[in-house]
Amino acid sequence: MDFIIQNIINALQWGSFYALIALGYTLVYGVLRLINFAHGDIFMVGAYIAFFVAGFMLGPALGLSPMATFLLAVPLTMFLTACVGVTLERIAYRPLRRKGAHRLYVVITALMCGLILEYSNLAVLGASRLKFPELVHKTIWNMGGVTVTNLKVIVIVAAVAVFVILNFIVTKTKIGMAMRGISYDKFAIPLMGIPIDQIIVFTFILGSGFAGLAGLLFAMSYPVLEPFMGMIIGWKAFIAAVVGGIGDIRGAFYGGFLLGFIEVGVVTVFPSTYRDLFAFTILLIILWMKPTGLFGMPQSTKI
Amino acid sequence: MQKYTFNILMAFLAVALLVLAQYRILDNYIQAVIMFGGINIMMSTSLNLVNGNMGEFTCGHAAFMCVGAYVASILSVLCFGDKFGDPLLPAAASYFVFPVIILLGGAVAAVSSILVALPSFKTRDDYLAIITIAVNYMVISAIENMDFVGGSRGFQGMKDTVWAMVDSTPSWLAGDNDFPWVLLYVILFTAFDVWVIRRFITSTYGKGVNAVCQDETAAEIMSVNTNKIKTVNFMISAGLAGCAGGLFAHVIGYVNPQSFNILKSTEAMVMVYLGGMGSLSGAIISAVVFTFLLEILRSQALIDFLMAPATFVFPDWEPSAGVIKWVMIPLLLVLIMQFRPEGIMGNKELSDVFPKLKKYYTFK
Repeated sequence: MDFIIQNIINALQWGSFYALIALGYTLVYGVLRLINFAHGDIFMVGAYIAFFVAGFMLGPALGLSPMATFLLAVPLTMFLTACVGVTLERIAYRPLRRKGAHRLYVVITALMCGLILEYSNLAVLGASRLKFPELVHKTIWNMGGVTVTNLKVIVIVAAVAVFVILNFIVTKTKIGMAMRGISYDKFAIPLMGIPIDQIIVFTFILGSGFAGLAGLLFAMSYPVLEPFMGMIIGWKAFIAAVVGGIGDIRGAFYGGFLLGFIEVGVVTVFPSTYRDLFAFTILLIILWMKPTGLFGMPQSTKI
Repeated sequence: MQKYTFNILMAFLAVALLVLAQYRILDNYIQAVIMFGGINIMMSTSLNLVNGNMGEFTCGHAAFMCVGAYVASILSVLCFGDKFGDPLLPAAASYFVFPVIILLGGAVAAVSSILVALPSFKTRDDYLAIITIAVNYMVISAIENMDFVGGSRGFQGMKDTVWAMVDSTPSWLAGDNDFPWVLLYVILFTAFDVWVIRRFITSTYGKGVNAVCQDETAAEIMSVNTNKIKTVNFMISAGLAGCAGGLFAHVIGYVNPQSFNILKSTEAMVMVYLGGMGSLSGAIISAVVFTFLLEILRSQALIDFLMAPATFVFPDWEPSAGVIKWVMIPLLLVLIMQFRPEGIMGNKELSDVFPKLKKYYTFK
């Protein structure tokens, strides 16, 4: 029993990262109908930004305590990563959107931007891995054989909080209404006097900011940074978003946790090398049963 | 006779390449670049069938290359290598069994593409993209868990077949040098690949593929069997990719599941979109350009020259060619997408751009 609960907690932590990144994917997709393949690399950039921010604050210039650094690094990292995401949108996606280019060209551009981010990072910072400093002193609570660290709790709480905030923004505020409107009908929305570009920039701010938060938390949980850390987790988070039904915030959240549970479950039963094989097979079966994901709406075409 | 000018020219070029390679005027490196060019042509044209002509969005093409490479490698080692016990066939049989081995690898890859083709009956673009990525991961993961082909350590021993071909070459053909068998088969398979795709697209079936791209519902109403079309298209595309994988394995002599990951699929996609969607000649041109670019950017001297302003400002920064290459190629593609989003050729063939060319070639 303890073993099962322990694994459930691990799966919750692992799923939280997927959910945080999948939320960013889903937001951008829901508004723009664009698979932002650079999102995983924005997560990586977020982790690196967090590293430099933390290093600067702990360093001789400021010399803050680790806890204060953590509290300051969260908003700062989110802000800077959001700047990266908005820059990407401004220089790569917006000109294409203005020209009315084919959707696939935008997707390819996104893929290439991800590669540029990865390899320019590798070129500038070198291939040596960076060690993330310890910000939150690790406390371990033992509850009858189940160990819970405070980091795990922070990660899970952060994922749930982000989900609640996003749900509130999208369903209850005016800007969220505009977002839903854009995804419903892109051509009628400008006629209603809604500034479409501002809404899209806001979407990128939200998605990239939460990717930055995920990067910070990931770097704290697994404190080794490398330029390709965003690749695998980005692809997988995207798959999680699709399984939940892309364009749907609930779907991204549950899909991320589902993928986390599947992966941890496979690793506990089988050797860990089978993780990808089983996880993707199960996802394929889910998509085969429900082609538009768990929460996705089936699209009907008028003839 | 005028109609066959282009074909005769191509045949001359192939023979010239073989002769130059045999008399060591082209060294091994240049031969390898030419062979990778042929393999890249096969990859980009076969992916173009799905991404360009059928309008589906596939980003896991390397999975089929992986299947083909592994099946061909295992068969090759079984027949002529000594890794799984004694060779089954005499070395003298090697040069006409070799293409059969490659084709069998392609056939198994074609069968494996049913994994993608079956879900594609119901799912649309983005969801299908996911399925292909998932299949790519699944294939790599499955092969990494097979211990008899070395798992994630990779698999080697295919060079035995190449050596068997070289050793058993009749003396009137080779003379004192080794005959470049693999180069010959890469050229033959590239020609075969282009021929098959060209014939397929211009056939009635190919019209069906185009109809699926334009409007699936309307195609269904006009009595096009869309499911069958999709299955056949996926299988042809994957089969040719499998052949490319088999050749790739024999050129390098070593395969590793990780060399067929998403990055390889991305390379194939880059070639398709660089050339232009749905354009066969565009895919060929872009594959050649891409291979050429990769090799040019491999030279450290050129990279140092290009990065001179940056190294002037930061003297202790040493850019390495292998890394900067992968910054420059995506950057180039992003710029192409900004200023000429339809790629090199757009949706046209070479003969649409230069109509006079039609007098000089025929594809029958």
